[in-house]
Amino acid sequence: MMKLTDEQQAILDGAQGEVLAKVMKTLVMYGETFGAEKMVPVTSKYNHLVTSFGLKMLGPVYELMDKLIEAGAVSQQKFSVDPRPVDKNVPANFLQNLIFNKIMYSKQDFYEEQLNKLGLMEKDAFTCACYLDEVGNVPKKGEVLSWAESSAVVYANSVLGARCNRNSGIMDIMGSVVGYVPYFGLLTDEGRKATWVIRIETEKKPEAQLLGSAIGMKVMEDVPYVFGLDKWLGTELDEAACSYLKDFGAATASNGAVGLYHIDNLTPEAKELGEELIAQDANVYVIDDAELERVKNNYPIMWKDKDAKPKLCFMGCPHMSLEQLKTWTDRVEAGLKEAGNNKVVIPTVFTASKPVLREFEKTEYAERLKKTGVITSYICPLMYMNNPLCGKMPVITSSNKLRTYTTSRYYTDDEILVQITKGGK
Amino acid sequence: MREFKGRIVTPGTVTAEAVVSHGGFNTLASLQKALQFGDKTVTVGDQNNPDLYGKSILGKALCLPQTIGSTTGGLVLYCACSMERIPACMLFANHIDSLAAAGAILADVWLDNVTMPVVDCLGDEFLEYVKDGMQITIKEDGVVVVE
Repeated sequence: MMKLTDEQQAILDGAQGEVLAKVMKTLVMYGETFGAEKMVPVTSKYNHLVTSFGLKMLGPVYELMDKLIEAGAVSQQKFSVDPRPVDKNVPANFLQNLIFNKIMYSKQDFYEEQLNKLGLMEKDAFTCACYLDEVGNVPKKGEVLSWAESSAVVYANSVLGARCNRNSGIMDIMGSVVGYVPYFGLLTDEGRKATWVIRIETEKKPEAQLLGSAIGMKVMEDVPYVFGLDKWLGTELDEAACSYLKDFGAATASNGAVGLYHIDNLTPEAKELGEELIAQDANVYVIDDAELERVKNNYPIMWKDKDAKPKLCFMGCPHMSLEQLKTWTDRVEAGLKEAGNNKVVIPTVFTASKPVLREFEKTEYAERLKKTGVITSYICPLMYMNNPLCGKMPVITSSNKLRTYTTSRYYTDDEILVQITKGGK
Repeated sequence: MREFKGRIVTPGTVTAEAVVSHGGFNTLASLQKALQFGDKTVTVGDQNNPDLYGKSILGKALCLPQTIGSTTGGLVLYCACSMERIPACMLFANHIDSLAAAGAILADVWLDNVTMPVVDCLGDEFLEYVKDGMQITIKEDGVVVVE
């Protein structure tokens, strides 16, 4: 049984009303399921929520949010939230627009109003990559979070050294409504120990989202300690390394259920504690180029016509960093020059948060990218793809998260570049 | 016939036909089609799950190691419970994961008249033994009978 403080017990007993008592009961049951013996305060400045979309099917969620609002049980922290599902910049035909706005996301405005009442950071705080400096929801090492969004949780734990469990949507806001979360799993030192050792033995830099996919599928929810990646990423968390780890982590979390990884000589806890982080009798998984090829070749192709010409390319799931937008501008330009083309040959959308896009617009790269024909958007590609019309479209991506949840087809970054700049030539 | 002793996460007794996933059950990828587009048979849409892809899990005893994938998993499961588009029960070989636990607990605390018994910690042997179509009975004490 969990030991509660007098204040926590009083909330559970209804001293602050029935709704708050139910919130506390939910958190206590959640903790007890995982053997938590106490609740600990949430110490980050901001929360991050996963539910950003006004999907008609999520009626029960909005009813629950209404109960919280009516009872005054709103978040004690401001929060960011995952990306919006619709953006008029992204190509969509009349029927798709009708389905998006009138059927699927007809509750979007209503839900955004709920988010405002509950504690949204600011009107453009919609992104899965909330931890980027431009967005400003950057927790410090050791802080306790009540976040959801699998790719953000794994980044906060691994790259920033914050402490957060893989909370579900709804559970995320409940933690910041009462200000406490149950102490178990990735909040504890023991829960942050690696039970898998991964040895990277590739001859070339492994593709971030392919490597993450291979590891996620192998270790599922366990914590991996990765040797050999510092050879390719270096030993400092510079912008390029952080962008790589953002994409790598998203793939471990969506293709498996990883909430924390350690990269030898690179991520903060691995630098501080090294192999002390590896649990006794840890399993070992060796990854070479052949293993990555095997994993990639096993992805099912969900297109009806496997030889169809791609109609759309999405990059940026999770949302791209400023560094990635700049790097990809250079790459697309070089690719087009080599192919003798002026503009991309497949409609291509790069997705990033509004704050990152605003900073990008201030650089000379923005105009150059525009000239290549690439569109930028703050949309969530996953939400865009989740309907029967888009589901039938041959869409390509180098996001292993997008591949997992939709019918989009995965290609490596290099392959994507060829596809969008040269096409079938 | 074999019996397996597990831990009760949310209580209840039920008898249903088994449907088995040997890999992790990706809640969002599996259920989004059923919830979003009115598929009342709750056909699993997760392309990465060869055991379940294209099969209905409505009213079945869903046997699985754990759930995986997006952290919307818990609220998706909560909505599925609210809409009664759910398996008859969920039986986990492993310790239940945080997302499935959230969904089951949210339904238990916040929804009236919805029962989906959940038992975890049934062990690897459970998942090796149970096959699609077998009959599953959950008893009050968390014992799961497979026959």
